[in-house]
Amino acid sequence: MHAIFYKSAGWFLAVLLMLTAAGVAADSGFAVHMLILATAAAIMLVVTLRRSDQPPVVADLSHYDDEVIRWGVIATVFWGVVGLLAGVAIASQLAWPLLNLHSEFTSFGRLRPLHTSAVIFAFGGNALIATSFYIVQRTCRARLAFPTLARFVFWGYQLFIVLAATGYIMGVTEAREYAEPEWYVDIWLTIVWVSYLAVYVGTILRRSEPHIYVANWFYLAFIITVAMLHLVNNLSMPVSLVGSKSYSAFAGVQDALVQWWYGHNAVGFFLTAGFLGMMYYFVPKQAERPVYSYRLSILHFWSLIFLYIWAGPHHLHYTALPDWAQTLGMVFSIMLWMPSWGGMINGLMTLNGAWDKIRTDPIIRMMVLALAFYGMSTFEGPMMSIKSVNSLSHYTNWTIGHVHSGALGWNGMITFSALYFMTPRLWNRTRLYSLRLVNWHFWLATLGIVLYTASMWVAGITQGLMWREYGKDGYLVYAFVEVVAAMHPYYIMRVAGGLMYLSGSLVMVWNIGMTIAGKLRAEAPMSSPAHDPARDRPLTPVAAA
Amino acid sequence: MSYDALRHAADSWGLVFLGMVFLVLIGWTFRRGASDVHARAKTMIFEPNEFKDDQRG
Repeated sequence: MHAIFYKSAGWFLAVLLMLTAAGVAADSGFAVHMLILATAAAIMLVVTLRRSDQPPVVADLSHYDDEVIRWGVIATVFWGVVGLLAGVAIASQLAWPLLNLHSEFTSFGRLRPLHTSAVIFAFGGNALIATSFYIVQRTCRARLAFPTLARFVFWGYQLFIVLAATGYIMGVTEAREYAEPEWYVDIWLTIVWVSYLAVYVGTILRRSEPHIYVANWFYLAFIITVAMLHLVNNLSMPVSLVGSKSYSAFAGVQDALVQWWYGHNAVGFFLTAGFLGMMYYFVPKQAERPVYSYRLSILHFWSLIFLYIWAGPHHLHYTALPDWAQTLGMVFSIMLWMPSWGGMINGLMTLNGAWDKIRTDPIIRMMVLALAFYGMSTFEGPMMSIKSVNSLSHYTNWTIGHVHSGALGWNGMITFSALYFMTPRLWNRTRLYSLRLVNWHFWLATLGIVLYTASMWVAGITQGLMWREYGKDGYLVYAFVEVVAAMHPYYIMRVAGGLMYLSGSLVMVWNIGMTIAGKLRAEAPMSSPAHDPARDRPLTPVAAA
Repeated sequence: MSYDALRHAADSWGLVFLGMVFLVLIGWTFRRGASDVHARAKTMIFEPNEFKDDQRG
């Protein structure tokens, strides 16, 4: 009884505190954010009070703690659609500028970080949290440590997403790429992230399995490194404790280096190491074969850890950054070829002896495509980090094409296949609603990526060559606006590719929704051995004349 | 620590130290008996579970 009283009193005080902060806010963005926090605290107050007359939930210790993971699957699907929709919207704005709607709130500059954060942190982040909780329990054969904290991680992370997204729309931004949220949102994320680490490490410490499976190494590296990157990159001084503006602790080229040390390792540890954790568990499970080489997976792990962290300066070629640092970034990027391809080969060769599953199992096909794109984008990236290539590719649409081959091809496809793997198991269904719809999703997404990356490659190289073209008299041949005009057809092709990828994800929404609802689609299996009843009979002996 | 001292530490002893740590970590997977450990580790995810909800393996 006392506990309920103190808890609800605490939430009530939090509501009052947030309302006060909204009242004395230095700017409207901060006020809106404090109202959002007050609403969140009010919801917690209502939930606390409504639960007061209910008996406490007794955890069933004979089962894994999958409730948070079920929420995470739904959140991943939801934010995935939101992020892709935002992507199609801003791609359309580039093709048809009228779609900026003459409003600051719907301008490209504000919607672009909304798209990047929605797909990376909302879609990718929820997928990482959900799959890491799924895998760590099953590979450690232990229930999640600190169940209440695990639920806080989930809801705290959703609150972070809402604060970040609404901030971008209102123009509240630190203008640090992939780390746009302002100082108070950064502090909130730090609390959530440390809780995430506690739940994850706590579960590993409770394991009843002597060895820590390699997927957990990748997840742990992702959680720890992202914590470090986040803390250093977001060191800043707020102008006012009740205002949304802050200034970075670094300036000039040091600031640029810190940003890209963060930015590149967000790719390396958020979008690569974390998703490799998914790969090293779900690919063997779906293929029903152990990973090709466990030793290679450990080599893959340590090489990524030791090399990735130095590759950031390749984002700052031909800038004020010291030349040696640029070369260092380039050399370490090229060295990354080896572990990346080692990891890709390790994943693909897991199917050795079961290659037919690519034809018969659309989930395996998705995983193989994800690995193929992991290989392609980790080949393309080092190539683009070479200074002479970078002088052509930098600031062009080639970079955008590269990023999307990694994000749509690798991160998207491995996440979709993990969702398809987990959903029937989490909701205790015999199978997915429909495997044929997975096949539809696969082809819509694949064709969408092909259209997207191909158009951006052509656009980027065209753009780079047009920018650097000199005439005989030493003047640039093309005005900037002529290059912009030349991009128009490619921008339209990109919108088409994005629409296909988005429609594939809508097919997934339907499929996963129906699976959760417990429906099974009556459909012919994806493949069955040929059988002709007419020929399935003995040869009749020819009657003697 | 000055910028100059940091640079010299980084591309001499720092590089040697991290390189050695890396080699030890890689070399550790080639120790005697490691293959058995790896064979057990990589098939561990297929072993039947004492918990119920992963019935399909």
